Amino acid sequence: MSEIAILKIWRGPDKTAGCFESYEVPYEPGQSVLDGLRWIRVHKDPTLAFRYSCINANACKECMMEIDGETIYACTTRLEPRNMTVEPLGNKKLVRDLVTEIAPPQERLRQK
Amino acid sequence: MIEPLLANTDVLVIGSGAAGMYAAIEAARSGCQVMLIDRSLIGRGGATVMAQMTVAVALGSQAPDHWSHHYHDTLMAGRGLCNESLARLLCEEGPACIEEMDTWGVGWARKDGRITAAFAPGHDRPRCVYVDFLKTGPAVSKTLRSVVNKTTGISRSGDLCIVDLTKSDGVVTGAVAWHVSSGAPVVISAKATIVATGGLTRLYRRNSGSANMGGDGYAICLRAGAPLIDMEFVQFFPIGHLAPRLIGMDPIMWDPFRYKLGGRLLNGRMEEFTQNYGVPEDGRYIITRDVGTYAILKEVEAGRGSPHGGAYLSFQHCSEAALREAFGPVIDRLAKNHIDLTKMPIEVAPIAHYHMGGVAANAYMETEVPGLLVAGEAVGGANGANRLSGNAITEALVFGRQAGRTAAARVKAMRTSVPPDARETLDLLRGEERKDMPNTAEMLEALQAIMADDVGPLRTQTKLERALSRIDQIDAALGARPFGVAAPFDLTRLDWLDLRNMVMVARVVAQAALLRTESRGAHQREDLPGMLPEWRVNQVVRLKDGCIEISRMPAAPIEVAAQ
Repeated sequence: MSEIAILKIWRGPDKTAGCFESYEVPYEPGQSVLDGLRWIRVHKDPTLAFRYSCINANACKECMMEIDGETIYACTTRLEPRNMTVEPLGNKKLVRDLVTEIAPPQERLRQK
Repeated sequence: MIEPLLANTDVLVIGSGAAGMYAAIEAARSGCQVMLIDRSLIGRGGATVMAQMTVAVALGSQAPDHWSHHYHDTLMAGRGLCNESLARLLCEEGPACIEEMDTWGVGWARKDGRITAAFAPGHDRPRCVYVDFLKTGPAVSKTLRSVVNKTTGISRSGDLCIVDLTKSDGVVTGAVAWHVSSGAPVVISAKATIVATGGLTRLYRRNSGSANMGGDGYAICLRAGAPLIDMEFVQFFPIGHLAPRLIGMDPIMWDPFRYKLGGRLLNGRMEEFTQNYGVPEDGRYIITRDVGTYAILKEVEAGRGSPHGGAYLSFQHCSEAALREAFGPVIDRLAKNHIDLTKMPIEVAPIAHYHMGGVAANAYMETEVPGLLVAGEAVGGANGANRLSGNAITEALVFGRQAGRTAAARVKAMRTSVPPDARETLDLLRGEERKDMPNTAEMLEALQAIMADDVGPLRTQTKLERALSRIDQIDAALGARPFGVAAPFDLTRLDWLDLRNMVMVARVVAQAALLRTESRGAHQREDLPGMLPEWRVNQVVRLKDGCIEISRMPAAPIEVAAQ
């Protein structure tokens, strides 16, 4: 039987309204957690929200999140065939799911 | 419906790669109010940040050089199709922009106080400056972002995805954006708008660009009435990383390795093969991108590919010490990925990298539509049928600065701005959530597969016609009204907006490729090999009543660059 990774992911629009949902992802050696999140969007749920621009190059620095409690980039973290917990950054305002407001205030739209 | 937010500026710059940021700086220091926006975060997405090494420029810092030599090489690489005024601007003004970047502290690699230049394929001498190690793109982005921050008059906003440009009486008056992080529409009024959105690499399954480069700038300009040019010429980078799987590394990282260390390109039988395609390399790195891509794909087709369907690239002739001297910390990052270059070759294969085509513009970066300017990779024509290594960052800087300058002149000549007519686009964003919504991420992957399989580097009439009919099917599934809702970070809505543009641009590329009945540069027709003199023409794409129309324009005669 092929191995699977189980990603337990925070879903919801803010930190008081939401819950964890678990997704089974086929595991291939060498994948990143970002690969796993992209697989979920294509095969399970396209509404899962997370930020990334470059793909696994660790150049854009947009995919920072908390994986098993550690603040880290999803593109440089290996996916592993076990339970992994994926949460938004705890110290930033939550936008949705794994997306937080990470841009400096002067690089955001000023809403009058 | 969330009420639209309103913004007003002199110059709207769409896209915050090198071209957009340089344009913003130039317009602001000419006295304009500038709004710099990006659909991702400011200065983080796009292609610039992914650039690994070379920036071509005739600085003459190490050995004598002159812009005319660079110009000559650019025209030769372009296989007779370059727009000479754009190519000349790139080469002639490159040195000034590179030197200004130097004063801003980008950190070009130096030896004995002089900026060092690497030799890259297609150039007649060492001409490519860089930032070690594999840091050119990030250093350029970071430097420009900090200058943007320090320049008075530039407001910045990430998470703004442009839906369409607005027009009044034939003039572009700004744009309507969808604010991704709130879901609100935003109407931006501007006296001049600069599209600096980069290329279309996201149309392909394997690509070296950022996920936000799906040709959106081409689509919004085309819908606003600006013609596109040379859209059939998609550059594939021949030696994109294929296997073993790597994380935290850019797939085009082997380019710098070849610049510094040469390396041997081998087929699945561990034999050198480029000499069979007219380029004996003998351990040097001289094969141009179009020929390299063709040679690797032909070896794979003949059953002589590497296990994952590419070629081997070997640095096994290099000592550990030589590798460390050339790439220091990168060798440790490779070790973490279980790669020891002294003991094993890696596998490489062509990967979508850059678009030679784009929005037609003059040397002031003006399009045919008043008020609408372009910059960087969004501009078509400077590189003809094949781009020379190192010209992309140079073009981003030079064209960005030029667009900023032209925009500032326009703003100074205008008394009042015209209010944008945003009704149609705002109405589009009023979509209701559809119950039977298909999976947008899956549709996007399907489109990438069509383009990779049938509109890749090796084309035939059969493949292109099949691609066009499959693109039609995706278009039909997409429909005319957006998916998702006006909520924060609804990626299904963002995907729909992206797919709307990607489908249009995919169709343009495939149609232009079908019409060009010859092989030239990056466009190789398996059913029509060889370059034909009657095809020394540029194809021009316009949108008429919602339909794509393609016409031909004779290419400028190749002028022998002045010595």
